[in-house]
Amino acid sequence: MSGLSADRRLALLSALFATGAALLLLLVLGFLVSESWPVLNAGGWRAFLADGVWYPLEGRFGLLSMVWATLATAVGALLLAAPLGVAGAIFQCFYAPPAVAKLYRSVLALLAGIPSVVYGLWGLTVLVPLIARWAPPGASLIAAILILALMALPTVTLTSATALGAVPRSLLQGAAALGMTRRGIILGVAVPAARDGMLAGLLLAALRALGETMAVLMVAGNVVRNPTDLFEPVRVLTANIALEMAYATGAHRAGLFASGLLLTVMVLLLAWLAARAGDRQRDV
Amino acid sequence: MSERIFTAAIWAAALLVVGVFCFLLGDLVRQGAPHLSWRFLLTAPADAGRSGGISSIIISTLLILAVAMAVAVPSGLGAALWLAEYARGKRAARRVIRLSLDVLAGVPSIVFGLFGNAFFCIFLGLGFSILSGGLTLACMVLPILIRTSEAGLSAVTEEWRRGAAALGMTRAAALWHILLPAAAPAITAGLILGMGRAIAETAALLFTSGYVDRMPDSLYDSGRSLSVHVYDLSMNVAGGDVAAHASALVLVSLIVVLNGGALVLSDRWATRKITVS
Amino acid sequence: MTIPQNSHYPTYTLGSVASGPPCCDPITHIGVAGLSIAYGATTVLDDVTLDIYKGCVTALIGPSGCGKTSFLTALNRLTDLIPTAQVSGVIRFEGGDLLDPRTDLLGLRRRIGMIFQKPNPFPLSIRRNLELPLREHGVRQRELLDHKMETALRDVGLWNEVRGRLNSPALALSGGQQQRLCIARALALEPTVLLMDEPCSALDPISSSVVEELIQRLRGRYTVVIVTHNLAQARRVANYAAFFWMKERVGKLIEFGHSRSLFDAPNDPLTVAYLSGKAG
Repeated sequence: MSGLSADRRLALLSALFATGAALLLLLVLGFLVSESWPVLNAGGWRAFLADGVWYPLEGRFGLLSMVWATLATAVGALLLAAPLGVAGAIFQCFYAPPAVAKLYRSVLALLAGIPSVVYGLWGLTVLVPLIARWAPPGASLIAAILILALMALPTVTLTSATALGAVPRSLLQGAAALGMTRRGIILGVAVPAARDGMLAGLLLAALRALGETMAVLMVAGNVVRNPTDLFEPVRVLTANIALEMAYATGAHRAGLFASGLLLTVMVLLLAWLAARAGDRQRDV
Repeated sequence: MSERIFTAAIWAAALLVVGVFCFLLGDLVRQGAPHLSWRFLLTAPADAGRSGGISSIIISTLLILAVAMAVAVPSGLGAALWLAEYARGKRAARRVIRLSLDVLAGVPSIVFGLFGNAFFCIFLGLGFSILSGGLTLACMVLPILIRTSEAGLSAVTEEWRRGAAALGMTRAAALWHILLPAAAPAITAGLILGMGRAIAETAALLFTSGYVDRMPDSLYDSGRSLSVHVYDLSMNVAGGDVAAHASALVLVSLIVVLNGGALVLSDRWATRKITVS
Repeated sequence: MTIPQNSHYPTYTLGSVASGPPCCDPITHIGVAGLSIAYGATTVLDDVTLDIYKGCVTALIGPSGCGKTSFLTALNRLTDLIPTAQVSGVIRFEGGDLLDPRTDLLGLRRRIGMIFQKPNPFPLSIRRNLELPLREHGVRQRELLDHKMETALRDVGLWNEVRGRLNSPALALSGGQQQRLCIARALALEPTVLLMDEPCSALDPISSSVVEELIQRLRGRYTVVIVTHNLAQARRVANYAAFFWMKERVGKLIEFGHSRSLFDAPNDPLTVAYLSGKAG
């Protein structure tokens, strides 16, 4: 009897924690909205996108160029990381001897855990001077893309390798029995079969790239402008928050929270689209 | 012919990746290692971090981590218990909680920083403090902890649950004596993963735990974490590069040790499962 | 039959098969009336009425999926672990309806033990496997625990095999030893009823015959309900037999009676067909 009531107590307690964990999301979103409310209420969403410039002290919160910069860095990074990452996964699954594959995998797992600030430090002290040597100032869109690509690589490789590893062996053996070349088997059978898992990994990497702050902040130069030239500096949404939060007050602060909200909405929208795409593919 | 080109391209891509990362890590070691010494670890920073060491930074980092884990581990474990053990019939509730956790896991860390600043620092009046930073990190790592713990518990064979129930044992007793010990390696690996994530975090700490590099007096004091220290030295302190590299090396070593531990644990778990069944 | 006294062969303390008290007085121990079980919208067992007699071995036979295991798990309310399970009807046991929501489940499951198809010792030492449930039911004194453990292990003929390694992991035992450990673990709680869900089917033939012999020895001391697909085994161990069959995808009790009469002179044509291998 007392045993059962102890059980009930534990069930209740754990349910409380679970509910709390779920409510945390509401709390986070709620605070974002309430903190950015002054600006949202005054100008509405349109002001963020219509106003061309970001002069927060004058009450002009044009986020558009920073949104473009954010998208440009993320897309650029993904364009670089996707082929390299997938190639790495193919290497690990089909070309490397077992011991090398295991080593490769643990090196990548290690790299996935390295703090973004360390990538930023390397970018700042090695990559940026390197770029500056033939296209000053160095701190630029391309530097941000390269660093983000580097950070995305382990994620892309690890998820793609997992997806490739899950392809049934019989499928590959069947292809080999038909006399297909290794390249033919990989590109014609294994990669298409693992496509969904690879896509999910790429999207995960894209989400991380969109939300990344420190590495981009340290190498992108942080000038608010449209990303028209690879070698000119840009400022992304996350970097903007990190740079200005320290001294922002009043409407300026609200504007930063609004940009955080916008960023979150962008990320979640992408995640939602990814989930839907995954669902539809499974239905077919 | 094209077969050979393809093979060459794959090897080239793999070598390129490894090469760049060796460059990155090698550079870190080359620049950081000469500056590294017991003195560096054990003395307080001076001259905005250019000279002196990182003792207060390490203490702050550990305190932030301790606060984050002290809050996140029990609540994460509690939530995982409910999801894996008690909520079996409640599909809708489980779906909602899982979904919100997935969403939470996708929120960018800088946004957690904004939230932490608004909620812990200002709304709860904790100010720029180790407590605020730790609590913010706790919110950040909670989804990871819940997910890994739940997966660990769910992987424990159903036979033991039924066996314990058939012997008239309470679920609490089964959990405590059998299920949790069996899931412990997975839970610990998840915990270490969460710690790695927390210790690597910078953006969420910038405006929650603050920049102050003094030795903290209490949890209500501002404290600068290692990652923030690296950032500040490299971006805002002219001539701070050497110390930044040395600090980054310490940070990376900590993470390598943590990840290595998680890897060993999950390996051991895998082999144990094989020998038992 | 002489039992060789080497340590590889179990030496039981339950006495020989014939030494147990007779069980042929049909005193109802568990009275099942109108029992139906559904998982969600699927009914797996419909309107079963059946008396289980004290001290006897009752075998439940029939093809897979006809609700035998569901019936068994309803008897100790393990159906409660399945969120979608709905159980209706009455199961009279020791002066009450055990399906009553107010039933003390922990006490009930202590009195009605259960053995599963796959041996499921906990990932603990042999000693802890026996002690843990006892401790959970309030037995704390060292001597009492030791005594109960030894008695239970002797009852299943495992004492000689494991007395020297009580602290080694239970999962290191062989399959048959694990199953006997699970039986000992249940017996240590001093139940009156043992439910067995195909206790031999996951074992090799030799371990299987050892466990089967053990079941014979449980007769008289315990009320045993056993689900088995092995008709020869059911014929050997059971006093009573119940035949289940699926009619329109719903499990039904077709025939129940003395095992000898059910096996040798079945009444229902379905039973005849099943026993002769024409159906099932």
